[in-house]
Amino acid sequence: MPPSSRIELPQGTLDLLILRTIRLDPQHGWAISQRIQQISDDVLQVQQGSLYPALHRLERRGWIRSSWDVSDNNRRAKYYQLTAAGRKQLEKETDTWRRLVTAVGQILETA
Amino acid sequence: MFSDLLFRLRAIFRRTKMESDLDEELRFHLEREVARYMGDGLSRVEAERRARLEFGGVEQLKEESRDSRGVTSFDNAFRDLCYSVRVLRRSPGFTAVAILSLALGIGANTAIFQLLDAIRLRMLPVRAPQELTKIYITDMSGVRGSVNRDNSVTYPIWEQIRGRQRAFSGMFAWSDGMLNLSPTGEVRMAQSLWVSGGFFPALGIRPVLGRLFTPADDYRGCGVPGAVISYSFWQSEYGGGAAAIGRKLSLNGRSAEIIGVTPPGFTGLEVGRAFQVAVPVCSVDALWFKALDSGTFWWLTVMGRLKPGWSLERAAAQLNAISASVFQASLPPGYPAVSVPKYLNMQLTALPAGTGVSELRDRYSDPLWMLLAIAGLVLLIACANLANLMLARASGRDREIAVRLAIGASRRRVLAQLMTESLVIATAGAGLALFISCRLSNALLALLGSAYLDLSVDWRVFAFACSLAILTCLLFGLAPALRATTSSPGSVLKSSGRGITTGRETFGIRGLLVVTQIALSLVLLIGALLFAGTLRNLLHAQTGFRQDGILIANLGFARPDASQVRVLSFQRGLLTRIRAVHGVVSVADTSVIPISGNAWSNRAWMDGVDSTGARDVLFSRISPDYFRTLETPLLEGRDFNDRDTPASQKVAIVNEAFARRVANITNPVGQRIRVEATPSTPEMVYEIVGVAANTKYRTLRDNFEPVFYLPLSQDTNPSLGDQLLIRSNPPPSELVASVRRAIAEADPNARFSFQEYKDLVDESLLPERLMATLSSAFGVLAALLSAIGIYGVISYLVARRRNEIGIRMALGANRREIVFMILRETGRVLMTGLAVGTLLSLVAASFAGTMFFGLKPYDAVTLFSAAALLALVAMAAAYLPARRAAGLDPMAALRDE
Repeated sequence: MPPSSRIELPQGTLDLLILRTIRLDPQHGWAISQRIQQISDDVLQVQQGSLYPALHRLERRGWIRSSWDVSDNNRRAKYYQLTAAGRKQLEKETDTWRRLVTAVGQILETA
Repeated sequence: MFSDLLFRLRAIFRRTKMESDLDEELRFHLEREVARYMGDGLSRVEAERRARLEFGGVEQLKEESRDSRGVTSFDNAFRDLCYSVRVLRRSPGFTAVAILSLALGIGANTAIFQLLDAIRLRMLPVRAPQELTKIYITDMSGVRGSVNRDNSVTYPIWEQIRGRQRAFSGMFAWSDGMLNLSPTGEVRMAQSLWVSGGFFPALGIRPVLGRLFTPADDYRGCGVPGAVISYSFWQSEYGGGAAAIGRKLSLNGRSAEIIGVTPPGFTGLEVGRAFQVAVPVCSVDALWFKALDSGTFWWLTVMGRLKPGWSLERAAAQLNAISASVFQASLPPGYPAVSVPKYLNMQLTALPAGTGVSELRDRYSDPLWMLLAIAGLVLLIACANLANLMLARASGRDREIAVRLAIGASRRRVLAQLMTESLVIATAGAGLALFISCRLSNALLALLGSAYLDLSVDWRVFAFACSLAILTCLLFGLAPALRATTSSPGSVLKSSGRGITTGRETFGIRGLLVVTQIALSLVLLIGALLFAGTLRNLLHAQTGFRQDGILIANLGFARPDASQVRVLSFQRGLLTRIRAVHGVVSVADTSVIPISGNAWSNRAWMDGVDSTGARDVLFSRISPDYFRTLETPLLEGRDFNDRDTPASQKVAIVNEAFARRVANITNPVGQRIRVEATPSTPEMVYEIVGVAANTKYRTLRDNFEPVFYLPLSQDTNPSLGDQLLIRSNPPPSELVASVRRAIAEADPNARFSFQEYKDLVDESLLPERLMATLSSAFGVLAALLSAIGIYGVISYLVARRRNEIGIRMALGANRREIVFMILRETGRVLMTGLAVGTLLSLVAASFAGTMFFGLKPYDAVTLFSAAALLALVAMAAAYLPARRAAGLDPMAALRDE
């Protein structure tokens, strides 16, 4: 995939994507970055390094929780999982995002 | 919010762990990434390169990650703190001077505030003190009779208020006084409380032992139903033993059983006075005199606890509404006709009483606020000095700061670091100040005399010291820090202080600081001189008598049944006995001792003139030899003598002021004066037999007022207490033993106490003495601090102008010219400071005008001498560096650069 067709993430959406990615089961940082890229068919470009400050910010806000565990390749890795507050936040942000997309979409369709 | 804080704290305290976790986490990521690329067929080296490229800068990321964990600000603050402590420890001299001067400044302020807090602000230690309300009469002009306390009511009025009010759930009346604990002989006074039955229940006071009074104990004719003692009295008299209950106390000669002990901390409702014994109001008839039926004895303070839902305004309105019926129903028979309408028109109102009532408050509030202002100014001057010191340090660190700015430190970071240094100094100063202030406030309390105050440090005192610390930190730290960080790093690094002369700009702030210091010092010095002058004037005030060498003996006799004739002959006999004591020059008896603060007044007018010409005059009853004892000259006529008896013509002596203002002639001997009826005496006519020189009556500050003296020997209702004035050749203290013997011979049951007249006058000057002592101390301190400030600034100036001075000298300026040049600079700053200070002190003095005596607030001599003194100190301070400048070797100065 040539880099030109990749889209820079809009401000603030990274948090939403992280929360969504670890919605079902705990993931480590690398896995999160891979998932985001794979699921978006490599359209979204996440600067891998920027993932970690975002993770720590979310942890400070109490939306995710981290713990050390053994990874699939038998190495120690830090896993992140959603907290109850994070689940609520995810719902809220998802809803906000959908409304935004719908609204923007409507304007683009009709105006 | 809480998880956030917890996370940040963990981030700080488990810093190493967090860092290594982060390392490991990132390493894991990169390894997986490398593995992925190698899986795609790349070589290891190429895979690592790609992975790093995708990932971005690791160190930058770590920093960002730290930021998002919220450590940075804490971390920086902590680093600044460590750095500041290290920097300050490197210059222990500067640090010690800075901390000590702040500690003294803040300490003095806090100590005075502690007193103010205790006297003025602190709530009473009772249940819900904010609900307590005192009931006052708004206009006391209708009050006649004997007023024992400010804003008090008579017992009949109290009964009426209690019966009619609806605003209060618990209502009570109380008064304080003295009860003699000693059955005979030398008097031993106990601070006592008269309390109504509702007092303890309404305040929510519970006994630590026994029981307290209830409404059931307080009824007319209760006799002496017992006594409640205070915790400290219980400790000191009975060692805190349970056996105290049931023990008997002798109160004014009557036996009373101790029924209970109040808890520690409760000292009564009067701030500044701690009670020892409390008795019910109803026992006043048995312990003192028939006060319950007296409509002219004003002694009870009425207070209550507001009912839920009642506001102060609503309570006041209800009291106002019942006022007419209260005063109608309590109007005493035989109340002087002129005052009856005013009595009936009196209005009741309600005021908050959560902080209790206090005479001490009335007496010392103004002086203490004034002292707090003065101490505040001293602190300002100290801050100016510190700011100057910081400026000097900052210019020494110009290069350090410039380097830090140049290599990318943000201005905010450098500013924060410099302010942290100030904060460390201020905090250390404030900590030390709290320690100092506790000692200082106790010393101040000793200056106030025998008052009792709770001086423990409460949150208000603590908050006061803390806010002073922050304020001073901003005051002395901000300007230097701002200045240090504004100069552009490039120019600082280039110039490196090699200019021949320096710009005026740096002298600007310093000059301003010194001008401020001089101006404030002048205000304080003028204040000190005015207060000291006031004390001196009062001490040397023309009192009209000589107080030195006089002993006062207060006497009480236990013979309530004695007839007028017997009391009078006893008094005569007693005076004769004392006159015979070796060393006694003369002795006299009087009802009112001048300058004791007591007063007795009534209205008088010339006989034959309409009573509308009546005016208020002061009264005193005296024995023969009164004027001789006080050494007050008798100007006309005669003294009282033994031929003035109840049966003979009623006579009086007046003072000059009376002769001039009431009688309107210089020699009114033979004139007749009418005196208005009082609740206890009818209208009377007296013939003037003598004129005495003017004397001060109530306080030293009073002007000479008209005084009307009556002979004790014609008193129709002689009191059983006497106050003897005894003038002697040997010092009064040596006379006490023999006078005591003489009194015991006259009446073995007499109770007595002694005091030197001089001490009584001194005591009346306590607030003035406090002001004079402290304002002088502060004034000297201010001048000293300013001198240090001037010395510092001029030294700095000289150091910066070394080159210029060197050139001037090389070009032929002689030493004297150099000294003059420096002193001229100083003179300019000094003059500006003095001009500003003069204006300031004129404004300040007009606020304190009433505190001065015999001096105008704009006293020219005071102003001039303060300015001269300050100028002298300032010039002396500047002369030292000026001479150092003149001593420069021009060659050395020029080569040095």
